Amino acid sequence: MKTALGILKRHLIVFRRTLWSNTVFNALEPFLYLSAMGYGLGAYVQDIGGMSYIQFLAPGMVASAAMWAATFECTYSSFVRLHFQKTFHAMLAGPATVTDVVAGEVLFGIVKNVVFGIVILLVIAAMGQVQSVWSLLIPVFLIFPGAVFSLMALSYTGIIGHIDYLNYYITLVTTPMYLFAGVFFPIVSMPAWMQTLVWLNPLYHSVEVCRALVVGNVSMILWQHIASLALFAIVLGKVPGYFLKKRLIS
Amino acid sequence: MSCVIKAENLGKSYGKFRALKGISFTINKGECFGFLGHNGAGKSTTMRMIYGLSTVDEGYLEVMGERIDPITPPRIKQIFGIVPQEDNLDPDLSVIENLEVYGGYFGISSKDARTYGKELLEFMGLADKVNVNVEMLSGGAKRRLVIARALINKPQVIILDEPTTGLDPQARRLVWQKLRRLKEDGVTMLLTTHYMEEAAQICDRIVIMNDGLILAVGSPEELVRQYVLPFVIEVRVSMEMLPSGINEKIEAIGGKAEYIVDSLFIFTKDGKRLWDKLNEIGLDHHVCYLRPANLEDVFLKLTGRRDEE
Repeated sequence: MKTALGILKRHLIVFRRTLWSNTVFNALEPFLYLSAMGYGLGAYVQDIGGMSYIQFLAPGMVASAAMWAATFECTYSSFVRLHFQKTFHAMLAGPATVTDVVAGEVLFGIVKNVVFGIVILLVIAAMGQVQSVWSLLIPVFLIFPGAVFSLMALSYTGIIGHIDYLNYYITLVTTPMYLFAGVFFPIVSMPAWMQTLVWLNPLYHSVEVCRALVVGNVSMILWQHIASLALFAIVLGKVPGYFLKKRLIS
Repeated sequence: MSCVIKAENLGKSYGKFRALKGISFTINKGECFGFLGHNGAGKSTTMRMIYGLSTVDEGYLEVMGERIDPITPPRIKQIFGIVPQEDNLDPDLSVIENLEVYGGYFGISSKDARTYGKELLEFMGLADKVNVNVEMLSGGAKRRLVIARALINKPQVIILDEPTTGLDPQARRLVWQKLRRLKEDGVTMLLTTHYMEEAAQICDRIVIMNDGLILAVGSPEELVRQYVLPFVIEVRVSMEMLPSGINEKIEAIGGKAEYIVDSLFIFTKDGKRLWDKLNEIGLDHHVCYLRPANLEDVFLKLTGRRDEE
């Protein structure tokens, strides 16, 4: 565990250096979406369950920006460390095990998920779209989806042998998760079978919890979403290690 | 002397390819043990098994009295310092941060790692590069930083996989000098190289490897004594230009002809006497070169015929 924390420390040193340029840049995109769709498209949309369109959209931006941050970290950045920079090999020549390496990557994916969630939360707060003090729990909650997105992404990164294949993950996994998670429209407008399928989408659970906390509509059903995310994390827990071991140990 | 690493009939296959075909050796505490061989001889495979990047699945490997099965555990890696073949320094970090972060993997606090790291940079002649990004370092400086990094946890055993490959002669000598200092401090060293001079300069004992097997073991002097005669005359003409029946003629004047990579080498006990007789057998002095036999002759003699496979 001390080695995994040493690995996390490495990532944080690198992150600290690029924190400013990184966060400002990444905050920009959700801000553009919110302005264009919230104000632009929102003018044509009637209220959704008593919320204006921008109100509906804003918490989804928090959850999804966090997802993108964790996903990019555990795909492109992890891939570079694995194949090009040989960072993992160096760690393994030290006292690290593959499990330590995975733990370090996932912990950092969680950090990114939480940090970018907070950044977008501040953006939507500045835009007047945060209604409840329950929002203060969002950073803590984002640990759960952060773990799931990181484990998913890192598993895929361990499977593929060429960086170009990461595009498939982004286009075929992350983008569909983003589009069908109740970020842009409520899932009740989808066919029944898709509404069932959406329970397998971790971002859906993240969006539901974030929205509930932002507007202060807190109920016991939120535990179901948290439990689903915890379940995904447990199921995926050993998967990245399995594939990375094949890549790293011969 | 207590033994630090022991291998018995150690083998390794990748699919159908047998990289290592059963080797045995013992490395004692405090010695510098060299693995000499061509690329692909199995040196790095052996190193990787010792430091935990490859599994042990054939034969027996013991490190610090503990059997490795199937992979070297962290508590053993904790006392190792590894200099891998490729410079896997962290390009996202500065020189001192590389040491700080690497120390962190061993549970060393940032403060301690930075303090000791600066000492190591001093020792490695990198004191003026503390805050430089590693990408800005020369090849030699990078290599020295990798060695400094391997020392951050004050290891009892240092494993160096081709520590000076790709370095210029000055940089290489500087590295050797540092390694000798470490040896004086009683650190056990394992080293792979395909530079004979490197092996002769710093190793107490050497194994010569070829094709996944150990062909010979001993100190550099022992190997020279055992496998070749003390003097050698290199004959620098192409094979067709040699007088006919040359082998018999050499034998008649007390020499022994060896053909290594298409060149004639005449080994002898008495170099001066044979040198004076070269004219008698039709060899011109200005195409011949007399010198004491060295490790390279042993190596070429033992492994030189691989091209004829």
